[in-house]
Amino acid sequence: MLAALIIVFREVFEAGLIVGIVLAVTNGVSHRLRWIGGGLLAGLAGACVVAAFAGALTQLFEGMGQEIFNAAILATAVIMLTWHNVWMARHGRELASDLRSMGRAVSDGSKPLIALAIVIAMAVLREGSEVALFLYGVAASGDGSAGALLGGGLLGLLLGITVGLATYFGLMRIPPRALFKTTTVLITLLSAGMAAQAVVFLARANWLTWLDRVVWDSSALLPERGVAGRTLKALIGYTDQPTAMQLMVYVGVILATIGLMRLTAMPPAPRIAAAE
Amino acid sequence: MLVDVVRKLIVVGGSVGMLLLSTEAQAGGPNEICLTYANGQFEPNEPTVPADAPLTIRVKNMDAKAMEFESETLKIEKVVAANSEAVLNVRAVKSGRYEFHNDFNEKARGFINVQ
Repeated sequence: MLAALIIVFREVFEAGLIVGIVLAVTNGVSHRLRWIGGGLLAGLAGACVVAAFAGALTQLFEGMGQEIFNAAILATAVIMLTWHNVWMARHGRELASDLRSMGRAVSDGSKPLIALAIVIAMAVLREGSEVALFLYGVAASGDGSAGALLGGGLLGLLLGITVGLATYFGLMRIPPRALFKTTTVLITLLSAGMAAQAVVFLARANWLTWLDRVVWDSSALLPERGVAGRTLKALIGYTDQPTAMQLMVYVGVILATIGLMRLTAMPPAPRIAAAE
Repeated sequence: MLVDVVRKLIVVGGSVGMLLLSTEAQAGGPNEICLTYANGQFEPNEPTVPADAPLTIRVKNMDAKAMEFESETLKIEKVVAANSEAVLNVRAVKSGRYEFHNDFNEKARGFINVQ
């Protein structure tokens, strides 16, 4: 039972963190729960499909289907997170001046909600398919311990939801004005971390083997598999043995996000008065 | 519009990937280990391979349940569906004893000795 709890919790943990952050980012936006719920359900449905066709997926791309699939999911999430940040930067002026207008700005253009719903769906899809496979195996084995294992899985799921809620309420303690900056930084690092993880999957598929020298090894100091390491991995993409390519992509995504945000945040030309 | 963007990205990403795949020059073939997983056990469960060379691990899952082959120290994990096999690529590693296990059944574990 404990094993099932740990396996499920480990997979749900990362999705829980991401949902918590998205809840905080969209605080005050009307209909947000509909979008977030939609993302969750789409992710769950997708996870079940992936689990059902796990064997076929593996055989794609000369046996590297899982790796390419994971890299594609992560890349999609990176694009959506960057899009969200850039959209928010463009509307940042209104948001900073009046918090209430943020709800209106975001609900008027539902684009960032689509982006964030896709991010949630991708997170659930990635983590959920393994849980589905594991639980299916448990249920199919039909031995006496199946009930206890499923119970453990359910407990793990509840713990994961708790992590999401704790993240949300933790972020909600930040004053509204600082919250916008905090979530922008969080989402940028989250996206850079996901991009660096996508590099790992491409490397495992032998699609991207350049610059694969490990730059440092901090596994003795802060193991990636420990609780702190896992949390940092999920949040900012921490890895205890990053390759040069991973570091480059990580920094590249941060710089690209900042650049795109600067570009699009240009003042929306209030030059009517100056033209008089 | 979003669908178009995503589709284009997949096409571009795919072509870049294919390009990398085709231009990749393998200097000497990687070492290969073949592991069979049946009744909750790996066979062999303590293979030995030379150090500082890329490694290919082929995992055959003979069980009726899916398993997840994982090695935290080698930084690899992969779901292996019931009654099927999967291949994992490992970059060149230093000599040492690397643990691996089935993430869905913590009792099933073994070691790869890299020398």
